[in-house]
Amino acid sequence: MALMKAADDRLSKGIASGELLCVYWPPRGQEAIAAAIGVCLRTDDQLVTTYRGLHDLIGKGVPLVEIYGEMLGRQVGASRGKGGTMHIARPESGVLLSTGIVGAGPPVAVGLALAAQRKGIDRVTVVSFGDGATNTGSFHEAANMAALWDLPVVLLCQNNLYGEMTPVEHTMKVATIAERAQAYGMPGLRVDGNDPLAVVAALNEAVDRARSGNGPTLLDCVTFRFRGHYFGDPMTYIPEEQMAAAVLADPVPTFRAALASSGICAEHELHEIDLAALAAVEEALATVLAASPASTDELARDVYADPTNCPA
Amino acid sequence: MVDEREMSLREALNLALDQALARDERVLLLGEDIADPGATGPTKGLSTRYGTDRVLDTPISEAAILGAAIGLAMDGFLPVAEIMIMDFIGIAADQIVNNAAKLRFMTGGRVTAPITVRTQVYGGLGTGATHSQSLEAWFMHIPGLKVIVPATPRDAKGLLTSAIFDEDPCLVLETIRLQGQRGSVPLDPSFSIPLGLAEVKRPGTDVTVVTYGRGLVESLNSAAALDAEGVSVEVLDLRTLVPMDVPLLLESCARTRRAVVVHDAVQFAGPGAEVAAIVHEELFDVLEAPVQRVGARFVPNPGSAALEAQVYPSVDRIVSAVRRTLEEPTAEASGDV
Repeated sequence: MALMKAADDRLSKGIASGELLCVYWPPRGQEAIAAAIGVCLRTDDQLVTTYRGLHDLIGKGVPLVEIYGEMLGRQVGASRGKGGTMHIARPESGVLLSTGIVGAGPPVAVGLALAAQRKGIDRVTVVSFGDGATNTGSFHEAANMAALWDLPVVLLCQNNLYGEMTPVEHTMKVATIAERAQAYGMPGLRVDGNDPLAVVAALNEAVDRARSGNGPTLLDCVTFRFRGHYFGDPMTYIPEEQMAAAVLADPVPTFRAALASSGICAEHELHEIDLAALAAVEEALATVLAASPASTDELARDVYADPTNCPA
Repeated sequence: MVDEREMSLREALNLALDQALARDERVLLLGEDIADPGATGPTKGLSTRYGTDRVLDTPISEAAILGAAIGLAMDGFLPVAEIMIMDFIGIAADQIVNNAAKLRFMTGGRVTAPITVRTQVYGGLGTGATHSQSLEAWFMHIPGLKVIVPATPRDAKGLLTSAIFDEDPCLVLETIRLQGQRGSVPLDPSFSIPLGLAEVKRPGTDVTVVTYGRGLVESLNSAAALDAEGVSVEVLDLRTLVPMDVPLLLESCARTRRAVVVHDAVQFAGPGAEVAAIVHEELFDVLEAPVQRVGARFVPNPGSAALEAQVYPSVDRIVSAVRRTLEEPTAEASGDV
């Protein structure tokens, strides 16, 4: 969580000052959920995430150099600068897809889960998406199919209370996203998405259910995003009192304080974690900034496996 | 030949799927009503032979069908997904356009989705505006996709086999009105036709009619009619639109110096516009006349047979277009005024 926050803070500072030039959809505030992804999944388990994926990618073990490199269009990026912020994948870490289209991930996660089921392996696929995605047809088609075929998949909603600039209660009649699960015959659970231990408990249960062949689960992890939809979002649509309450519930300082007050970590240990996160971020950024921009040769590569007679 | 058998185009598609399923465990089929006993099209009998875990009936969920196919393909399978009728593909277009087509590029080759999407084009059957469209131009516009439209049983088997085992995502249009066409088909499971190779279906010397899919039938009929008038028409079947066999297209048109493009897709901004542009750009100096286009009229496909017959390319329209390329230039046009 410390690394996720530090990575976001450094990017935000750099973009705001003009030092870094990239598009960015910040997940600041949603770190507890991504940390649980890191804790609950094996390396070979798969994650499908979204354009707001910095925290998820870190949680699943994608090296920061590959993430920053991709965001900043460098050759050291996960896709050598060809994908950009929204489209980061790293199969070695179990991240096969980040989608830029809201709701596009769940159908693909169904296919990854179906692949595991067909192969008879106990791999689990987690698909992470926001509250807005649960209003798309793709989500409902995928949820129905996942339940119908008892697929080893977890539908992990990072419910940050806003679909782009519109509050969730303006876009759905039901009170919770969790209750949508009933329509498909799968368990649905609402969780405090700012409490990493609560998310870990719920996600472990969902992952176990999937791994043991008992089908999908919908988790409705309620959280908040502090920087709005996109970096630079003026956030005029967010009531002051809601923001104030969210700041008090910010998962990173809250969990840090809980670790200290419970005696699980000494203050100096927490300080070392913070310093290590800051150092890792600076080191990754320095590597990326020293790297070459994406090569123009790349435009002629990877459009087709065999481009013979294809337009160019 | 001993190794060939006469069969319908529908049977040729079935044979390609059957042999692909038999040959490679990675191949699996998914779609609506593709398993027995509900299957009536090219997948008939396959679930009985290979099991319902390799020939999967799905809910009516086109986005999830193609998304699932993509997920399977990302993990090493060779899924063949069916969109029952091409008009339904809009529901699933996001998965084809934004995921399947772009994954290889967006991930720098780390993740690929070599799916095959089979879809049937109706049209000419009175099914009206939402069950008749030939939408291949939409997908020709997306870098990363291959678009394939077989017109004969032999091509159907050879091209579908290539598509299934191709490393890129392929969209195969199976024209419903061609599925009863019969022809000789190689039985060898390894028979395939490389994507991106056009074929001269009828040689000629005066004008090249460039076509694909159902346009081939009317083009050959038109060629026969014109032959009686002493006009020698070459009929070139593109077979795949992306990749497109531009070398053979240009070779033929340079030889005949006249070209007409024929297809069931809407003429305006249709595939023929690209063909005409390529021929004009490359052969302007040798052409005797501007390239003519004959496509569907720019109108939602009507239900009535009387109206629908007016929409698609007909022998009359194709023959008229060919004659336009054969007209002597007027004095004004030739600059002799």
